[in-house]
Amino acid sequence: MSTNLNIALIGNPNTGKTSVFNALTGLNQKVGNYPGITVEKKQGSCRLNRTTKADIIDLPGTYSLNASSMDESVVIELLLNKNDKDYPDVAVVVSDIENLKRNLLLFTQIKDLEIPTLLVINMSDRMQRKGISLNVALLEEKLKTKIALISTRENTGIDQLKAFLLDYRLLSKESITDIRSIDADYFQNLEKVFPNQSLYKLWLVITQDVNFAKLERKKVEDATSYKTQSESHLKRLQQKETIKRYQIINNALKETYAVDINKATDIRSRLDRVLIHRFWGYIIFFIILLTIFQVIFDWSSIPMDFIDESFTKLSELTKENLPPGLFTSLLAEGIISGLGGIIIFIPQIAFLFLFIAVLEETGYMSRVVFLMDRGLRKYGLSGKSVIPLISGTACAIPAVMATRNIENWKERLITILVTPFTTCSARLPVYLILISLVIPQGSFLGMGYQGLTLMGLYLLGFVMALLSAALLNKLLKIQSKTYFVIEMPNYKLPLLKNVVITVFEKTKSFVVEAGKIILAISILLWVMASFGPGEEFKNADAIVREQQAVNQLSEDALSTKIASYKLEHSFIGILGKSIEPAIAPLGFDWKIGIALISSFAAREVFVGTLATIYSVGNDQEETIKNRMAAERKPNGKPLFDLPTGISLMLFYAFALQCMSTLAIVKKETNSWKWPMIQLFSMTGIAYLSALIVYQILV
Amino acid sequence: MITLDQIEKNQLGKIVSIDTDLLPLKLIEMGCLPGNEVHLEQLAPLKDPMYLVIDGCHLAIRKETAQHITIDLIG
Repeated sequence: MSTNLNIALIGNPNTGKTSVFNALTGLNQKVGNYPGITVEKKQGSCRLNRTTKADIIDLPGTYSLNASSMDESVVIELLLNKNDKDYPDVAVVVSDIENLKRNLLLFTQIKDLEIPTLLVINMSDRMQRKGISLNVALLEEKLKTKIALISTRENTGIDQLKAFLLDYRLLSKESITDIRSIDADYFQNLEKVFPNQSLYKLWLVITQDVNFAKLERKKVEDATSYKTQSESHLKRLQQKETIKRYQIINNALKETYAVDINKATDIRSRLDRVLIHRFWGYIIFFIILLTIFQVIFDWSSIPMDFIDESFTKLSELTKENLPPGLFTSLLAEGIISGLGGIIIFIPQIAFLFLFIAVLEETGYMSRVVFLMDRGLRKYGLSGKSVIPLISGTACAIPAVMATRNIENWKERLITILVTPFTTCSARLPVYLILISLVIPQGSFLGMGYQGLTLMGLYLLGFVMALLSAALLNKLLKIQSKTYFVIEMPNYKLPLLKNVVITVFEKTKSFVVEAGKIILAISILLWVMASFGPGEEFKNADAIVREQQAVNQLSEDALSTKIASYKLEHSFIGILGKSIEPAIAPLGFDWKIGIALISSFAAREVFVGTLATIYSVGNDQEETIKNRMAAERKPNGKPLFDLPTGISLMLFYAFALQCMSTLAIVKKETNSWKWPMIQLFSMTGIAYLSALIVYQILV
Repeated sequence: MITLDQIEKNQLGKIVSIDTDLLPLKLIEMGCLPGNEVHLEQLAPLKDPMYLVIDGCHLAIRKETAQHITIDLIG
């Protein structure tokens, strides 16, 4: 007999809630989405003892049950809906010893929902350094709960936490705030209309504008008793509620929590003085960015070369060892080439996620927000736009979702619209291969030309984002209240386990998601490149032999000619040829045209597409890069020369070639208007800038 | 009595009143309530936003928001 226990982890941001989740579940976790919305849903499981398994859900971080974003409303929706399959048997509120008072606000709210509630106080390793003393037993009594004092950093207290979870039936379900005391008349009235219901739950449903279990919401809407209350009055009541809760908290902490300032050592203010210094702050930020790009370019090259060669060998081995035929050809030229085109970028993407995870874990990201807010406001952005703009270097999709904590709608909309200009990891493969083809080796002041070019492309993305933001700021006529509140968390050394899990999970989902699209497109491309409609495709062999009869070519050279003639007259060749007139002024031939078309599904397909196109009918074992370098223009010069290379990079820098981005922007802005504006203006800018640059350079 | 955007470094203030309608609830919930102590930890390079400590809670807000908070200087 085994039992399953539903556990919900709830807590303020920066309390180490996710560390607790990781400590409990390890790699036994999966990330998905809440149905219908794009909020990340993290679930995992662990064994509490031989017969009990805990299913743990890591709810989005929130400061209170009064939701101000979609992420936060997920928390209340779950906690108010007893019929949800994830409805917790026990709610675990995670807090941080240093910010206990503020963290307890959320605890008192959860407690009033009458769910068995356990309090976890994390970061107990800091108590001594901060001169904090805590009377756990007395605080348990005052808060009517059990307290697990833990340190995820030193891995202490986790067993105690598990023991409490096993005994969750012993946890009190008693609430600790009497909501009536806020406004006796109002709540008495409410009680008359809804007898036998939890007043606090009703109050939450009334004050929140979220989709609760529909029935419950409807019942409340039918009642007129609360409608006389203005928004301003409701907010005043919420303020009174907050004051009331802090009274209870202060009362509970008065005899149980003490800080001896003399014992406290604080590196926070010393670090802050440097990291957000008016001069050094910016210099340090710039150096950090520079280092990131250098590392992504340099450190990743060894594993990448290895992966590239391995896939080439694998493809060759497949051809040698399987009987020749359509299937072998599909496997070797379609599937393996296509997969190689994505797996090769794992090292770089992992490094990028690593840096972003470390910047967030250490608390540095909030400092960047603080540093940049005033400067970005000129462009109609918020300091908080920095996080989407930086995480946009990984992928625009989580970046667009990360705009949710921007309180002002206009600032948020502008951030959403310009974020796709930042260089996402899907552009990286395109840049890397083009840079290595057209930018010479060599270095300037210790930075390689190639690394500098890459950095330049990232900067270009940011500059373009800022310029378009400034333009949108002028054009958009939206009035909305401006709020900007950001917590400045204490500095922390990143926890290795957290960083590893984040990097692993994010890289995995990138590879799986992108891999699916790439695989499908590679197969489609292979089919389109291996078959053709007319006589020319069917009789390619005879036609080419006849044309070349006078030239006395070797058998090898002849078969290459035949292969390229076939490709030209295949379905894909015809498609590419048909758009060639439009892209020839940019320096692109019809093969690049094919890659551009397939890139509209997702940019990262570019390299895989070229790999597939160039390997069809090509028996020589070559890496993708060498195959591209061997491509010639009709006049015998390399196809990928400096003008074409730069023009192509600019096109990829600006064009919106990502269906998933369009889909997420539609979801977040709730209309097709904004994604369509994005698609056409970005692609227009891309076309024009590639055109101008190519015509100047050539 | 002054508004919070005028507080300077090394001054200690006590919140007297807040404009509930104009302040986000989130700020109130983070401890921005009458009676609580506040001091300025640091000003951003362009003098805005303000990095404050309100009732032990470290947070940053813009000056335009700080204008809706009235304080007494107590040290």
